[in-house]
Amino acid sequence: MLKIENLRVEVNGKTLLHDVNLEVGRGYTNVLFGPNGAGKSALMRTIMGFSEYKVVEGRILFNGEDITHLPVDERARRGLGIMMQRPPNMSGIKLRDLVHTVAKGEKDPEDLAENLDMQRFLDRDVNVGFSGGEIKRSELLQLAAQNPNLYLLDEPESGVDLVSIGQVGTKISELLNREIECPGERCKKGKSALIITHTGQILDYVQADRGYILCNGTIMCSGNPLEMLEEIKKKGYEECVKCKLMK
Amino acid sequence: MQADEINLKKKAESAVGKKAAFGEDFELGEFGEASKISEPIENMKELDEESQRTLLQVGVLPSEEGRAGTLLMKDNAISHTSLKDKNIELMSTKKAMETHEWLKDYAWKLVAVDADKYTAKSYLEDADGYFIRAPAGKKTVFPVQTCLMLGSKKVSQTVHNIVVVEEEARLDIITGCTTQKGVEEGLHLGISEMYVKKGATLNFTMIHNWAENIGVRPRTVVRVEEGGTFVSNYICLKPVRSVQSYPTVRLEGKGAVARLSTIAIAHPGSELDLGSRAIFNAPGTRAELISRTITTGGRIIARGEMIGNAAGAKGHLECRGLVLSDKGSQRAIPILEANVADIELTHEAAVGKIAQDQVEYLMARGLTEDEAVGMIVRGFLDVGIKGIPEELRKEIEETITQTALGM
Repeated sequence: MLKIENLRVEVNGKTLLHDVNLEVGRGYTNVLFGPNGAGKSALMRTIMGFSEYKVVEGRILFNGEDITHLPVDERARRGLGIMMQRPPNMSGIKLRDLVHTVAKGEKDPEDLAENLDMQRFLDRDVNVGFSGGEIKRSELLQLAAQNPNLYLLDEPESGVDLVSIGQVGTKISELLNREIECPGERCKKGKSALIITHTGQILDYVQADRGYILCNGTIMCSGNPLEMLEEIKKKGYEECVKCKLMK
Repeated sequence: MQADEINLKKKAESAVGKKAAFGEDFELGEFGEASKISEPIENMKELDEESQRTLLQVGVLPSEEGRAGTLLMKDNAISHTSLKDKNIELMSTKKAMETHEWLKDYAWKLVAVDADKYTAKSYLEDADGYFIRAPAGKKTVFPVQTCLMLGSKKVSQTVHNIVVVEEEARLDIITGCTTQKGVEEGLHLGISEMYVKKGATLNFTMIHNWAENIGVRPRTVVRVEEGGTFVSNYICLKPVRSVQSYPTVRLEGKGAVARLSTIAIAHPGSELDLGSRAIFNAPGTRAELISRTITTGGRIIARGEMIGNAAGAKGHLECRGLVLSDKGSQRAIPILEANVADIELTHEAAVGKIAQDQVEYLMARGLTEDEAVGMIVRGFLDVGIKGIPEELRKEIEETITQTALGM
């Protein structure tokens, strides 16, 4: 579904990512690990197509189509959706109106919000004065309205209290699996996701298929996500950098 | 003629050539005097479709449904007055001056006749306009609607309005100012003097919808007494040659409150010099002055001034301007002045383009760039208007959307 080849990305002339190769298959949930400042969010935002991130080498393929230079909205229409970590304050824009517009009138904002306990936020300005957990739920609400095929989730558990993590995790699992329980079926019919996680907490709610470690702007290694998480918890990312250098 | 009348006349005559402090200087001699006689209109619904549409666009409903009363002034003549809510008074200023002996203590007491050539001309022409009064304790459910319409080419319309909201009363007014179709050039000079007495509330909404070559010079002063509230929404979204206005609210009684909002769009060729001023003359008075302006090619000057003269006064001034075209310009001029120690006045001003991260955030949800910009612009202006009737809000939002998409 998503294939990234030899990607090199610059912001204001400074290289943030280089030699990035990564894949997310249909129905797969892949995880991106990495220390702060490694370039994980930059990679997500590059995949979504935010104009600040300039691809200077390599390409991004989505369902076989080269989308490297498509504008953000074209990518959204092809089925990419992002949960941002720090979305901008949208003063004057009511969450209800945005959800309604994004759902193209096909889903009732009220119903979608109920599921996420967000009804009382529908008449508030999007993201203005929202807490960490409220931002995550608001992002998920918008994604539920948008119904993308590939979810780019940037740290869904950061800044969320323990109760909300359950809510956020369950909702993500629901959006991705769409009530499909059989793993074989999930790979054929489920949604795809690329999830950035620091703590791995989100892995209590979603079945991750593959993990990638991003350090210093490039992919160091890939493998079983749960094993990777264990290893990172024990030794940190230093080992990954050393390991890569040895190769 | 009484002594003060002679005095006022002298003052006005001395100011016939006096340029206004701000804005393009109009040569009054170039405009004919608008007619003081016009065909009376019995029923607003009898107006032709085009005129009805013109009225609707400025929030004036020809059906008069959900309105306490209606007054229409075309050029310099009052052509329609009707009143459904008998608790209040609505008539022409001239008639009111004849009816109420005491009104002479209100006329030309807030706006100086010699403020500039426009006030002078309005006084010397003995301008008519609307008089609205809510007697003590009377609270209107529906707004009174008034329409000031320029109906002839190349004339100057002079208007003098007086509004009195007596103690503990509440009054809502919608004033729509517009031109009849085909009238592209002209001048509108409007004097408004508003009195909000002890514990009273005046909610005033003004919508301007002029034509491309019209000059507009409103001169408004409001006096608010103890515990009184004045709320004003000024909306100007269509092309116009030049509007220069700087309404002043004098908070004269303890705890008086004012909230003035301006939302405006300057199209190519338009010059909008819009401001609002609050003078805190009593303890514990509060004011909020908000302006949200957009240029798609015209010039905007957003002024705001707060002068604190009494302890415990608190005010906030906010000017935000969006620049949607390289040909347009935005200038924000906030002024704060504190003349006693216990004062809290703040301001916030920002001009610039739409934030790209906001546009792309919406685009990432599947909106096109135009849809995203439209939504942001609507939201931007929406923050500026509160407490206006619902159907008016819809009309305004539609205009904003059209403008945003037409860029």
